[in-house]
Amino acid sequence: MLGALHAFYTQHSALIQVGGINAILAISLYFTLATGLLSLANAAFMGIGAYTGALLTMRAHWPFPLVVLAGGVLAATTAVPLGLPVLRLRGVFLAIATIGFGEVVRIFFINWSYAGGALGIDGVPRKTTWWHIYLALVLLLFICWRLRRSRAGYAMEAIRQDEAASATMGINVTAYKVAVFVAGAFIAGIAGSLQAHLRYIVDPNDYGFSTAVDILVYAVVGGMNVFIGPVIGAALITALPDILRQFTSLGVQPGPDRALASGIVLLLVILFLPEGLVSIARFRPWRRRQTTAIATQRARAGP
Amino acid sequence: MAAAANDRDRDAARPCRPLSGALPTPTLAAEGIARTMMPSERASAPTPKETASRPLLVVENVRKAFGGVHAVESVSFQIEAGHVQGLIGPNGAGKTTVINIISGLLRADGGTIHLLDRRIDQLPPHKIAALGVRRTHQNIRLFAKMSVLDNVTVGQHLLRRETLVERLVFAPRGRAESARLHAEAEALLARVGLQGRARVPAAALSYGDQRRLEIARALASHPRLLLLDEPAAGMNHTEAAALGELMRDLAAQGLTILLVEHNVQLVMDVCDRVTVLNFGRVIAHGTPAEVTRDPEVIAAYLGTDEETG
Repeated sequence: MLGALHAFYTQHSALIQVGGINAILAISLYFTLATGLLSLANAAFMGIGAYTGALLTMRAHWPFPLVVLAGGVLAATTAVPLGLPVLRLRGVFLAIATIGFGEVVRIFFINWSYAGGALGIDGVPRKTTWWHIYLALVLLLFICWRLRRSRAGYAMEAIRQDEAASATMGINVTAYKVAVFVAGAFIAGIAGSLQAHLRYIVDPNDYGFSTAVDILVYAVVGGMNVFIGPVIGAALITALPDILRQFTSLGVQPGPDRALASGIVLLLVILFLPEGLVSIARFRPWRRRQTTAIATQRARAGP
Repeated sequence: MAAAANDRDRDAARPCRPLSGALPTPTLAAEGIARTMMPSERASAPTPKETASRPLLVVENVRKAFGGVHAVESVSFQIEAGHVQGLIGPNGAGKTTVINIISGLLRADGGTIHLLDRRIDQLPPHKIAALGVRRTHQNIRLFAKMSVLDNVTVGQHLLRRETLVERLVFAPRGRAESARLHAEAEALLARVGLQGRARVPAAALSYGDQRRLEIARALASHPRLLLLDEPAAGMNHTEAAALGELMRDLAAQGLTILLVEHNVQLVMDVCDRVTVLNFGRVIAHGTPAEVTRDPEVIAAYLGTDEETG
């Protein structure tokens, strides 16, 4: 049994580690999404964490745990002055503003000669091991689980559903929004720092718009209503190339077809499981009956 | 001299006796009220005699324009502590705008609003809520996807003291608090007639039940001033009468209520005083009987002789 597990790990270790980091990123987005904020800045925060981590390790020789933490702290520090003005925006406008921030960060890194300019940083020592990643992930899942029925958890859910009504309940909407934005940035920064020490290089183009969208796809595919959703989505999308590899005999090319496959998965989920893959677990025939009953009741109540 | 004035404020600041009705224990409710008050107000003992003569809310010359439309033009009125005060007027008179301004969702263009001696017209809505002002909405604004019970739980936001750190380490205090607030929420639901519906999504409730749930959610943190914006809309006679009874009940326990309502019968039955608005101005103020005799009020509702004749 243990032998089989070991064999599985050695065969898929890269996948397991990258999947773990992607799951952490997905959770970083969950915090803002659970509060009703569509922020796409987390890829940039991840980049800030990666650069901070790589530079502190290579130039300042800080101990690894401190380096990881510093990546999160610097990303969170950047998020405060960004969040205060930007979080006044809603929906797609917030998304556009945060995409703008992401581009600014990317272009800054490309032009930052101290950190290798467009080539990025090469030869980052490999310090991240699988248990670092999964320790962080388990801690985050625990926090999300405890957050669920807490004062802050209820407030986040309330803000997502109706900001003005939340404010009249005594909920400080702005403070909560900034807090979840900063928390998301912190987590993304940690993920970035862990990732930099996992794959030797830090490339400025890895923290751009397409990564931001990837993170969003993890959350959407997995489902945003439960914190485990983004993790499931991240695991599936990360494993997609390896799943595709099983079908090479049918003419599937794992590399080029990856984007196509994840696009199809996203489309199917949005069409048939709007609450994400986690809603499969909750699906039972009676649920359908219940929702129909609710619909008729609402129709009867009238406008 | 300043100290003396402060003492008077403290006494006046306790208009609310606990909402002990169906709540688990009076002390808990009282504790909840104390928490929503200013620190300086906590220590004093209640003196209901004095509070009866002193207005809880004073609205002075409040103005609000939307573009060129003067929704509210210089409105002034007061609400005595423990009273149910009606705010009526034809459609477009500015009633909802006044409630939005008091609760902080809108900022007035001018004028002042005082809650006891605290000026509140410049405060953000969550701070006004923390001072004990809660409201319901004309167009129901429940958290539709949450259960009925969770809606009330969100309403208890100001009562909950458990920090996230305490929750992460499973501090026993938090568990006790959750159990207490849960019992209180269930009692509150029973009080407004929603017992047994706690687990239902709020969106699945009937119109009248949604209005009752909004009231329960507003009461959840033991406010001292409750602003009700057309709470009886969509209710039948029996339901409206039950709602009126609930309001009298709450007022008897020290809650002050501002009631915006089109159901004239309900206003006449429930209100101690009525303020009548028309075109953003106060045109009459008095007891329900006085107001209904006022020629200007009759004109506003039915039109003047020249117009009709």
